[in-house]
Amino acid sequence: MARKSRPRPDINASSTADIAFLLLCFFLLASNMDSDSGIFRRLPPPIDPTVTPPEIKERNIFTILVNKNDRLLVEGREGNINTLKDEAKEFLSNPGDLPNLPEKKMEFIPALGDFAISKGVISLKNDRGTSYEAYIKVQNELTKAINELRDELAKERFGIAFANLKDTAYINAVQKAVPVAISEAEPENIGGGQ
Amino acid sequence: MGKFTPGKSKKLPAISTASLPDIIFMLLIFFMVTTTIREASVFLKVTTPTATEVQKLEKKGLVSYVYVGPPMNAKLGTESRIQLNDRFATVADISDFVIAEREARDEVDRQLITTSLKVDKATKMGIVTDIKQELRQIGAFKINYSAKKEGKQR
Repeated sequence: MARKSRPRPDINASSTADIAFLLLCFFLLASNMDSDSGIFRRLPPPIDPTVTPPEIKERNIFTILVNKNDRLLVEGREGNINTLKDEAKEFLSNPGDLPNLPEKKMEFIPALGDFAISKGVISLKNDRGTSYEAYIKVQNELTKAINELRDELAKERFGIAFANLKDTAYINAVQKAVPVAISEAEPENIGGGQ
Repeated sequence: MGKFTPGKSKKLPAISTASLPDIIFMLLIFFMVTTTIREASVFLKVTTPTATEVQKLEKKGLVSYVYVGPPMNAKLGTESRIQLNDRFATVADISDFVIAEREARDEVDRQLITTSLKVDKATKMGIVTDIKQELRQIGAFKINYSAKKEGKQR
């Protein structure tokens, strides 16, 4: 005996919207839009007290001091954050091979050939009372100097900006040619700020 | 003649709401894709500084966060404090935190862990230097100073 098939009632779908809304609300609350970004740095390994640090020539060091009032002392003179990048760039590249700017060391780099790597090191020292904002500003300017030098090199050799380089061999070569030569001194409490 | 007779109003057909969930789902998927889930509720007022040379933090799974800033609750003081995971911490707790973070990752990834320092811009460097020294001692060398991308008005 064949049963007469009843017409199936429609499932009311209007509540799916509510469910989706609830999910949406959850994700809106639980998430943050701003993607994380920042300045990358590599910390040096802890110092070995038995090893004496190598002597670095005066011409190879670029000292930056940030005091507790966030003021700069660059190479013994009062510095300005706006000119810091250009000074750091000039120091690191030493375009005119001046005797008071850092020496260069010829080294073979794959994909670049022989390249004169600067021996210059930027020494950054800050006080305990320096504000974090000022410190990041200085770090930012130094990063900008290095990035611009890398960009110039990449444009000269490969024809494109460093950020657009895709080949890891090229990226490594440029990174080796222009290293992040920023050294942070062991902490000291100069200004007495806490 | 009977074409526009106002008296006999026809019943309006119900507007189908069947596509409404689809629209909402689309929004939902958009938000799921573009956002990151907050891992810990932050008790500190952290306004990260702005910088121009920022790089995006890749591989979110390999990042451990250290928050530094003044507490939200003014009763707890205005001095900058450290927050690790869900609680206040001191500089001495950082090594344990780093070890715990390492344990939680695969062995191959342990060298790739980046410590993101989310520090309030008004914080004094003293506490940040202490954290950095502690990270050096424990061997967490890869760090990231969290900063927002500066607007292009410069």
